[in-house]
Amino acid sequence: MDKDQRKPAGDDHWLVRPSTIRALWIGSSILLAVLVLLDLVVEHHPHFGIDGTFGFGAWFGFLSCVVLVLFAKGLGLILKRPDTYYDN
Amino acid sequence: MTTSLALPPALALIAAGLLIPFLNGAARTAVLLVAPVVAMWLVWQVPDGVQLTASWMGYQLEIVRGDKLARLFATVFTIMAFAGGLYSLNQSSSFELGSAYAYAGGAVGVAFAGDLITVFVFWEIMAVASTMVVWSGGRRATGSGLRYAAIHMFGGVLLMAGITGEIHNTGSIAFQVMDTSTPARWLILAGFLINAGAPPFSAWLPDAYPAASWSGMVFLSAFTTKTAVYVLLRGFPGTELLIYVGLYMVFYGIVYAILENDMRRILAYSIVNQVGFMVTGIGIGGQMALNGAAAHAFTHIIYKALLLMSAGSVLLMTGKNKCTDLGGLFRTMPFTMVMGVVGALAISSFPLTSGFISKSMISQGAADGHLAFVWFMRAAASAGVFLHAGIKFPWFVFFQKDSGLRPPEPPWNMRAGMLLMAAFCIGLGVWPGPLYDLLPYPVDYLPYTASHVVYQLQLLLFSGLAFFIMLGLLKRTETITLDFDWIYRKPNGWITRGMNDELERGWSRLMDRADSALASVQSGIYRIHGPDGIFGRSWPTGQMAFWATLMLGAYVLLSYYA
Repeated sequence: MDKDQRKPAGDDHWLVRPSTIRALWIGSSILLAVLVLLDLVVEHHPHFGIDGTFGFGAWFGFLSCVVLVLFAKGLGLILKRPDTYYDN
Repeated sequence: MTTSLALPPALALIAAGLLIPFLNGAARTAVLLVAPVVAMWLVWQVPDGVQLTASWMGYQLEIVRGDKLARLFATVFTIMAFAGGLYSLNQSSSFELGSAYAYAGGAVGVAFAGDLITVFVFWEIMAVASTMVVWSGGRRATGSGLRYAAIHMFGGVLLMAGITGEIHNTGSIAFQVMDTSTPARWLILAGFLINAGAPPFSAWLPDAYPAASWSGMVFLSAFTTKTAVYVLLRGFPGTELLIYVGLYMVFYGIVYAILENDMRRILAYSIVNQVGFMVTGIGIGGQMALNGAAAHAFTHIIYKALLLMSAGSVLLMTGKNKCTDLGGLFRTMPFTMVMGVVGALAISSFPLTSGFISKSMISQGAADGHLAFVWFMRAAASAGVFLHAGIKFPWFVFFQKDSGLRPPEPPWNMRAGMLLMAAFCIGLGVWPGPLYDLLPYPVDYLPYTASHVVYQLQLLLFSGLAFFIMLGLLKRTETITLDFDWIYRKPNGWITRGMNDELERGWSRLMDRADSALASVQSGIYRIHGPDGIFGRSWPTGQMAFWATLMLGAYVLLSYYA
């Protein structure tokens, strides 16, 4: 799992070193690729058709999150208030 | 009055709850740890069928009725009380802990209630006790606690009105599967749904729970919403409306949690999200989905408690709850971080965690019912769970930036509470058999197939990829997001003008309103039962409502001894 993609200044805990973060991105990318490629060997039993497409979990999960975040941001434009809004 | 029980399980916790405020030191610790164990033992002594009855105003109350569903929920409620008690041993407020135990006892009481009047009595015990838990959060919690009490009183009034109507229509107080054919049953359904956090009243949950103390919210997360899930499972399985109510809750929870900055409010929204999955399952109906909803309630109580124990530890050790103030805590709180991550993986339904073996049963139920829309919505929402709770909570609290905070780990008992719940999260994920055996229907489901594991890992890890790619969009700001509660919270608003500023006036007005609402319901019952008895006509109706409720509660409790 990716732990950090920004580097906090002046901290050299091994987990937040740029080299560690780069390694995490590379490792994660390989893991993601392998997961999608597993669809070549694993037999799925789709219920509805489209859920049997190649890498369905991957693309559907990714797109769902993009849509959810963009929707939330849009809603936030209308409904967000400073967190002191109800204090007075 | 008949009984074949040594002691009703609810009583062990309620009695402990009444005792705890008067105890200190080792005695308090002993009661906190022993009472839930005794309660759980008693839960498992309850055989199938009605075990304890009492007559009240001509009705035969079924105070304890055992079956698999009742024991399943009562079991997890007592597990929760034990783990919560262990975690809270260092909580200085004995009043909060006593309230929390009485609250847990109320939940166990609802689980075993065989009739609607007994349901209502324990329902109200929970409402009162949980309000006390919220208020134990300190001055900050006063307003939230008031709003919490008001919403739950309103829910209680709807429930009582519905029960009164049901008795009038059918002449029976039995708590059994109901259709939605009469207005009275709609009122009962509405009363149940308010406690589940359903729209448009979802806001009470993220308003009140995070106002409680670091330990109070751990208890609050478990009982009210899951008791609501239980009564919906018992009363309204297969009610189609619940599918859509549940889907709304699922996405409401995700979207609001994405925008939220307070770590415990993120987790509060996530409760609504998770309960939404269960409510959807109840709406789908059928043995697979209903089993799934029941199993998910069980696993959810445990991993949500674990997440809130982790967040509570951070709050206690740093005094901070905003993501904008936190970050980088993995350096000095690695144990708390790992526990939070285990909870986060479980809520996200990662393979080998408890969420994986429970939530997927509901989706299987949707697939079996050929409900394509529901299935795809739930799949999208499962991805969203990892986004809003699974990664967001641990990331912003323990990693993100270096906040400069270097808090130590929490005391041993808090670590032990977390470890116990984490063990359940992984244990149930690896060996789902024991949980499946407890479910109300026979389980014909294999969670671990290559197809399911690969699909789930793709869904979750690519959600993780989406999180880190969109990290810029997810940056936390010091904001809240308006909800339907704006209507009654709006500064200088027109419904409860000055409730926040002038609590005294707000409180008395609220009580008046609740009194008169309760009184009107009570007078309905009164007409049905005739004018005789101890509640003579010369009493003011408001007072009468109060005493009738109080006496009914006392009667149910006392009848345990008989």
